[in-house]
Order: sequence, then C-alpha cells, then structure tokens
Amino acid sequence: MRLALLLLALIFPWAMHALGQDFYISFAARILIYAMAAASLNLVLGYGGMVSFGHAAFFGAGAYMVGILAAEGITSLWISWPIAIAVAALAALVVGAISLRTRGVYFIMITLAFAQMMYYVFVSLKAYGGDDGLSMPGRSTTGFGVSLSNDFVWYYLVLGLLAAVLYLLHRLIHSRFGRVIEAIRENEIRATAIGYPIYRYQLVCFVISGAIAGLAGALIANQTSYAGPSLLHWVQSGTLMIMVILGGVGRFWGGPVGAAVLLILEEVFSGTPILGAYSLHWQLPVGLILLAVVLWAPRGIAGAFAQKHS
Amino acid sequence: MSGILLLEQSLNSLQFGLMLFLLAAGLTLVFGIMDMINLAHGSLYMIGAYLMATFAEATGSFWVALPLALVATAVVGAVLEISLLRTLYERDHLTQVLATFAVILIANEVVRLIWGNQSLMLNAPAGLQGPVALPGGMQYASYRLAIIAVGASVALLLYLLVTKTKVGMLVRAGASNREMAIAMGVNIRRLFTVVFALGAALCALAGAMLGPILAVQVGMGENILILAFVVIVIGGIGSIRGAFVGALLVGFVDTMGRALIPISFAKMFSPQVASNLGPSLSSILIYVLMAAVLFFRPKGLFPARG
Repeated sequence: MRLALLLLALIFPWAMHALGQDFYISFAARILIYAMAAASLNLVLGYGGMVSFGHAAFFGAGAYMVGILAAEGITSLWISWPIAIAVAALAALVVGAISLRTRGVYFIMITLAFAQMMYYVFVSLKAYGGDDGLSMPGRSTTGFGVSLSNDFVWYYLVLGLLAAVLYLLHRLIHSRFGRVIEAIRENEIRATAIGYPIYRYQLVCFVISGAIAGLAGALIANQTSYAGPSLLHWVQSGTLMIMVILGGVGRFWGGPVGAAVLLILEEVFSGTPILGAYSLHWQLPVGLILLAVVLWAPRGIAGAFAQKHS
Repeated sequence: MSGILLLEQSLNSLQFGLMLFLLAAGLTLVFGIMDMINLAHGSLYMIGAYLMATFAEATGSFWVALPLALVATAVVGAVLEISLLRTLYERDHLTQVLATFAVILIANEVVRLIWGNQSLMLNAPAGLQGPVALPGGMQYASYRLAIIAVGASVALLLYLLVTKTKVGMLVRAGASNREMAIAMGVNIRRLFTVVFALGAALCALAGAMLGPILAVQVGMGENILILAFVVIVIGGIGSIRGAFVGALLVGFVDTMGRALIPISFAKMFSPQVASNLGPSLSSILIYVLMAAVLFFRPKGLFPARG
C-alpha cells in the first residue's frame, strides 16, 4: 500500500504530462505542501494533545518571510527558507511559552488570539502589501542553474522535502522524546510525577511543529509566488485543523491523508465541468462528506484504515 | 477630544456589545451545559438574518416579521439539535469542531441555493429611519437607539429567566455540574433542546436587529462567531453574567479602539503611519484583552463551574 503510494507520487508528474494535464502537477505540489503543514499540526494536536487553533500564524509567517525577503531583493532559497523556518520557530517559542500555561479550551482560544494578532500585524504592513498581500516576481533561486519555475523540478523538490519532514517526524514520534510527549497527553499528572519537565517538553514539541509549518509556509509562498494575510487568517488555522481531524488525529498519516482528501474534494466539486453551474456549490457535498466521516469514521480516514487492517 | 464624539462612540459600543451578548449568551450556555463546541452558532445568526429579511419583504412590516423570524430560527435550531448535535455530545471536542464546521459549509450553500449570491437588503422599520436629537445637541440614529433598547430588555429578561424561574434553575444546575443535575432527575435531553432553541432565537434576534446596519450575506456569521467565542472565554464559559460583562467589554474596547486610536495616533505620528497602524491595532486590542484576562484569570472573569 505504502509502496504503491510512493510509486504513484514518483511517476505522477510524468503520467500527467503524458496525458497533457500539466495543471495537475502544480495541484499535486499544493497537496504535498498542505500535507506538510497538516503533519506539523498533527504533531502538536494529535501526539501532544495541544489543540493549537493558531497554526496558520507559523505557516503564514514562513510565507511572509520569503515574500518580504524577495521584496528586499533576497531570493536565494539558501537564505530565505532558513530565515522563514527560524522566524516561524521563534514565533512558536513566544506563543507556546505563554499559551502552554493554559489548558483545554483556553489553550485553543489563546493560540487563536495570538494568530489573529499576527494576522492584523501583517495586514498593517502597508509597505509589504497590507490587505492585498505581497506578490513575488517568481520562485526562490537555487544558485546553481536549476530553476524552480519548472513545475517538474518544483514538484520533486516539494516531494523530497515532504519525505524528509515525514521521516524526521517518524523518528521523532518513535523516539524517547515522542513517547514522553504522548505520555503527557495521556496523563499529565502521572508524567509530572515520574519526573518529566512537561512544560519544557511541550514547548520543544510546539517549536518543532512551528518550524515545520514555517517551512510549509515558505513553500506555499513559492508555489503561488504570493504571500497574503489570508494565509494567517483563523479560517486557515481551521482548515489545517479540519485536515488533521479528517485524516486522523494522532495517526502518522493523518495529516497528509486529510490534506489530500480535503483538497481533492474541493477540486473535484469546484472544478469538474460535468457539474456545470452546480460546481459553484462545492461546499455542500464537501460538508456532507465531512459529516459522514464524523458519523461513521470517528477516528478519521487513516484511523478507519488502520482498524480494518488490524 | 470632543464630548459629543465620546458619547456617540459610547452608544455605538453599547449597541455592539449588547448584540454580541445575544450571540454569546446562547453560545456560552451550549458550551457550558452541554460541553459542546458549536461552530455552527454563527450559521444560526446568518439564517436568522435571512429569514428576517424574507419575512420583512413578505409582510411589509419589520415588527411583524421579527417574531416570525425568531420562532422560525428557533425551530431550525431545535431540528438541528435533535437530528445531529444530540449525537455529538458524547464525542470529543475535536469531533464536534469537524461536525459543526461541516454544518457551516452546508448552511452556507443551502442559503446560497435558496436566496442566491446577492446580499439581501433589510430596511429599518418605518419611524426609526431618521436621526433623533439627544440632550446636548447630538444627533444619533434612532434605529441604533432601538437596538440598544431591545438588547438591554432582552438581557434583563434573560437575567430574570435564568435567576428567577425553574427553567433557569435547571440551566444553572446543568452548567455548574451536569452529572449531578442528571442524578437529581433533570430531563437533560429536553433541557438541551430548549436551551438550544432559545440560543438560536437569540442569534436570530441579533441577526435581525443588525440586518439593517450590516449586509445580510453568506459568511456574515463566521467573523462574528470568533468574537462571540472571545466574549465567552473572557466572561467564563457557561456564565450568562460573564457573557454580559465580556460582551460589553469587547464592544467597548473594539469600538473605542477603532474610534480613538487613529485620532490619538494622528497627533503622535505622521497621518500616513496613523492610517496604516490605527485600524489593525484596534483589531488587535480585543485579542490582547482576552490574552490578558486569561493570563490573570485563567478560567475567565466569572467561572460557572465551582
């Protein structure tokens, strides 16, 4: 199953190119980027039990860093992407350090509050587009003759980065650190009693997740050559959360599966010519399908599959 | 700073705060009693406004349409509760988020299918369309005064309902300790449906009253929903009194911030900086307020659960 998916991901651009559907190569790259963002959220939400309703802040911060640096003339990915990751991680450090003192619904709301604050900060940056956002002249430059504006190159770069991130997450989750994070989710009091500094563990987890979201943000800014405030809006945080819940909270493949299913559903119902005028109403079938998942697959799609196999 | 501007903005704050309270009251009860995160609360506000615009068009009278819209939205709320939300009470918060998010999508599209993409017009009732002179020589829209009057009287009614009646007692019992209320023989299922329908009617009232001021359009519920959540978190989840204080606080901070920050910035910085920073800084203010309240009172100002 996994091998087949990997094979599909590898040959996908060639197949689409052969079919003359080059548009779908770029669409697939978009899915991979959102898969990375959703996977980063799943680390804190699913494994850490920290329901961050402000994850778009780190995603958007990464995107804006690439956009702002490009506007200032720095387009090299070797400079702008690490800065995007670092800024997102720093933002996560500040937000996490304050928010992790609260629990439950209050954690949800305080992360939302910080994300909304950042949203309005970027809206007020009139020098960098304000409400309209920031258009970039093109994708980041690599410095050795490979152009990222080629959709094939771009797709494989994103795929490689996603694979690297997923590998890293897999190692992290199955490390001692990951076990402690899950132990804290299961029973905070017990984890404290055993002697783990839970605040520090959760904060580190939050920062790692923010950094990965920042990388995904840097990628999405490149994907569309655009960074705008809508990337930080609470609806974006909500969408990332929906992706994770749909795919499966705390399931390794939950984030990527949810991102892929949601984006494909949107694309199918909004862009299929057969549906004609009804394709304007794509939210209706998507909403009904989400509802069906809630009622019949309570542990998300990845969770439902795992159940069937075991 | 002129006194008239300050007075006018205070009235605007009061009006906005009271409308926020109508939304937050239902949300805080659903959240507090049923332990249910209902993102679709904003959709009920939207549906209420649409029904109001339709009834007002059909009957030709604002005041005839208003009760019709309230009852119709309450019925929609009750049907939603019985058919779907009831199955979600036992599930975790994240599942509730996903399900009610799906309800938002469905509600938006159903509204679009029925009423189309254009936003609807809703006129203020005849006789309340002009400005009225207040003592001190100030002109203020009479309809906005009517909103304040309606909001304040509903808040008072709600206060009496919750503190003086048997239903109110059950509601308070449910909010402070649900298991104990069940053990004492409260028919919690029926109570939930009643509370949910009541919350829906309050949403419809807010939507109907704000309709003539704001546009009646798809998506109108989503932005105000977040503000309503901010209100109930500031006030303490499950507390009507907290929702009232929180709503007025948010109303004042938001409206005053929008009015005063650009003016005071214009004195300190160049006009360009002021016009850039002013609006976003005032939008940030309510979130700073919430973060500050949570920092000092992690359970809100009036925690309902003892």
